[in-house]
Amino acid sequence: MCIQTVGLIQAAIERAGITTVSISLLHEVTDVLRPPRALFVPYKLGFPLGEPNNAALQHRIIGAALSLLARNDVPVIEDFQA
Amino acid sequence: MILKYRLFMKFYPFARYALNPVPCANLDNLLNTARVALVTTAGLHTPEQVGFDSFLKDGDASFREIPNTVTTSTLIEAHKSDSFDHSGVQADRNLAFPLDRFRELVARGEIGALNHRHFSFMGSILRPKRLIQETAPQVAERLRADGVDVAFLTPV
Repeated sequence: MCIQTVGLIQAAIERAGITTVSISLLHEVTDVLRPPRALFVPYKLGFPLGEPNNAALQHRIIGAALSLLARNDVPVIEDFQA
Repeated sequence: MILKYRLFMKFYPFARYALNPVPCANLDNLLNTARVALVTTAGLHTPEQVGFDSFLKDGDASFREIPNTVTTSTLIEAHKSDSFDHSGVQADRNLAFPLDRFRELVARGEIGALNHRHFSFMGSILRPKRLIQETAPQVAERLRADGVDVAFLTPV
């Protein structure tokens, strides 16, 4: 349910005029919900930024997500290339 | 994923909450001048705060403000769901609330600043009416009042 909850909060924030991007762990939920911008990552539930104490990987995921902020062709749902 | 969650995923009416139209707010400034806030649904809270209510049938739609000055490792992880492996977030809160990573991005000059507060929800919300009508818009309004340009959201 976390993925749906994130998308619904994201929509409320975007409606307030703030640009948003989220991480997704379940394609099937994000594809239906259609939040403005989401980066799908191929990790198990509980591991949205890949691995604990792996700052390099966490930065790569964050960087890939932040790169979606310039996109206005919403909904933007991209796959992280691990 | 264990069977009860596979069945849940199959039958939960996700389409009921599909966003139409999809909201879109253009980013007016560059990231290196943007004010950024984090939002997580990992159920994190500070040691001083009351935790989330795990016994509400429909889920706890409330939120906690996480001060930007917090020591990330002191945050309490009390998400009720057994649908995911908690060991990663227990080992490193940044896995679902990457505050230390964003501090590094500010230090490198890649983003402008972090907001003075961030927000945490507990994501197991089966009936999101109160989230949609009340608590998510409250958070959005606080971020807008803070002059936040970008929100980065992470599930667990």
